[in-house]
Amino acid sequence: MIPEKITIKSALEGLARRDFSAGELFNHYQKRIVQLNPNLNAYLTMFETAQAGEGPLAGIPCAIKDNILIEGTRTTAGSKMLENYISAYDATVIKKLRAAGATFLGKTNLDEFAMGTSTENSAYGPTKNPMDHSRVPGGTSGGSAAAVAADLALFALGSDTGGSIRQPASLCGVVGLKPTYGRVSRHGLIATASSLDQIGCLTKTVYDAALVLNTLCGHDIFDSTTVKNSVPDFTAKLDLSIKGLRVGVPKEFFSAGLSAEVEERIKASIKVLEKLGCEIKEISLPNFEYALAAYYIINPAEISANLARFDGIRYGHSSDHAESLLDTYVQSRSEGFGPEPKRRIMLGTYALSSGYYDAYYLKAQKVRALIKKDFNDAFQNVDIIVGPTAPNTAFKLGEKISDPLALYLEDIYTVSVNLAGLPGISVPCGLGSKSNMPVGLQIIGKSFDEEIILRVAHQFESLQNRDKLSS
Amino acid sequence: MLTDAEVERIARLARLELTDSEKVSLKKDLSSILDYVAKLDATDTTGVEPLYQTTGVVNSTRTDEARGEFPMTPTLEELLIGQAPARKERFVKVKSILSKK
Repeated sequence: MIPEKITIKSALEGLARRDFSAGELFNHYQKRIVQLNPNLNAYLTMFETAQAGEGPLAGIPCAIKDNILIEGTRTTAGSKMLENYISAYDATVIKKLRAAGATFLGKTNLDEFAMGTSTENSAYGPTKNPMDHSRVPGGTSGGSAAAVAADLALFALGSDTGGSIRQPASLCGVVGLKPTYGRVSRHGLIATASSLDQIGCLTKTVYDAALVLNTLCGHDIFDSTTVKNSVPDFTAKLDLSIKGLRVGVPKEFFSAGLSAEVEERIKASIKVLEKLGCEIKEISLPNFEYALAAYYIINPAEISANLARFDGIRYGHSSDHAESLLDTYVQSRSEGFGPEPKRRIMLGTYALSSGYYDAYYLKAQKVRALIKKDFNDAFQNVDIIVGPTAPNTAFKLGEKISDPLALYLEDIYTVSVNLAGLPGISVPCGLGSKSNMPVGLQIIGKSFDEEIILRVAHQFESLQNRDKLSS
Repeated sequence: MLTDAEVERIARLARLELTDSEKVSLKKDLSSILDYVAKLDATDTTGVEPLYQTTGVVNSTRTDEARGEFPMTPTLEELLIGQAPARKERFVKVKSILSKK
């Protein structure tokens, strides 16, 4: 019998005690997926067999965002363009998870080519928020967040270009960790915006996130942006005291656009950090208000270059009524891409085109340098920065889909972290008083200092759980 | 506001063919996004170097030799070439570059 509220940690203990076998655990999750997925649409593909190995995650069933390649299986990236695409090789993170003994339950839904904030841009229909099926799970790793929140996997991999792990984690009430850019190999991740993309995990607890991160990190010869820094055991120092830790709260985070119910939960969470002995300091990130504008030039510019490879020649959708080579390119792309990729390809092409490059792309990359400098300056005086993950709790399906800019604004607290390449984690911090939906506290660290954000998130989570039990 | 001609020029550069309704909605959406990003003009970036990547890794090089990580097998060959819409033996076949018209 598989217990309820099972985590990776408790599953590993249960497997060690032989309370259940790896096969029973896999079958348990398969049954849950068959039963619950038709309503949620969290999974796009299910795998039939478990290939459990040995290692620190031996026998742990997980879900993989469907823009990460698993050899010999379908990877759609949420697009009609890749409806029948079979992956030619394993992504590096998949090789690492195999080596750690994890098993794969299936591939999860996402906004097409990881562009969006609600998973409504998937060509395979939206995923529903497990807490309320009339609401979005966030995005773009919405399928991964919903799978973990609904206990359809013990953990899931996601990718985060502008908040795509942290924001759905926040909206679904799970933990979402985006490591520092360069920590985790992107080899085998279908590229969205290459200078921003980073693979990370969605888990039920912070301890589980640390455990999964242990297996994902490291230099990779197939991704020359990965660093050769040593990788610590991220679970080792989770319980070290955080008394006297300096916590920065940017005043710019609490301005127009932040919903009252999220603000209320974040302010209460800051009180909890104070109770844990942290020293709270108000700080300023002067260029914060420009981050989203810079992001929505850099992101589409990189997308327009990355998506140029989808041309109907080697793989992916190819138009069957093209007459010439140029026709093949144009018609395959026009038929295969959905509205959001087209919008961003157009925007990026414009920003990079002759005569506009300096005004848009170059300007945005300069503002990006200012944003990075703001963080560097802030980290002279504080050890971590905290604030909301997203301005709102989960919104209704269809509520914002007709207004692209309104959807982009949901990323306002997360994009600057990607522009600066920093690590960030979203940890659940209660339910909003109005919507009764989850709110996430975002904790941002210095480059390659995942240890400290995990430690704070872990102790914050533990104190919250204790308070919940005693109330 | 972008003009219709600008929208068509960008689409041509991006190798996209837009329907009339796509042209209308993209003109509106792109214009509103460009209006929003225009706020960057308020920043002073005099003497600021652009930041293209964040890790500080410079010139990541390796020895120029075959590493043999992907030994070619019939299965891999099929995954790499067999997914093309047209092929001839081990080659991907494409349509003619010059128009017959």
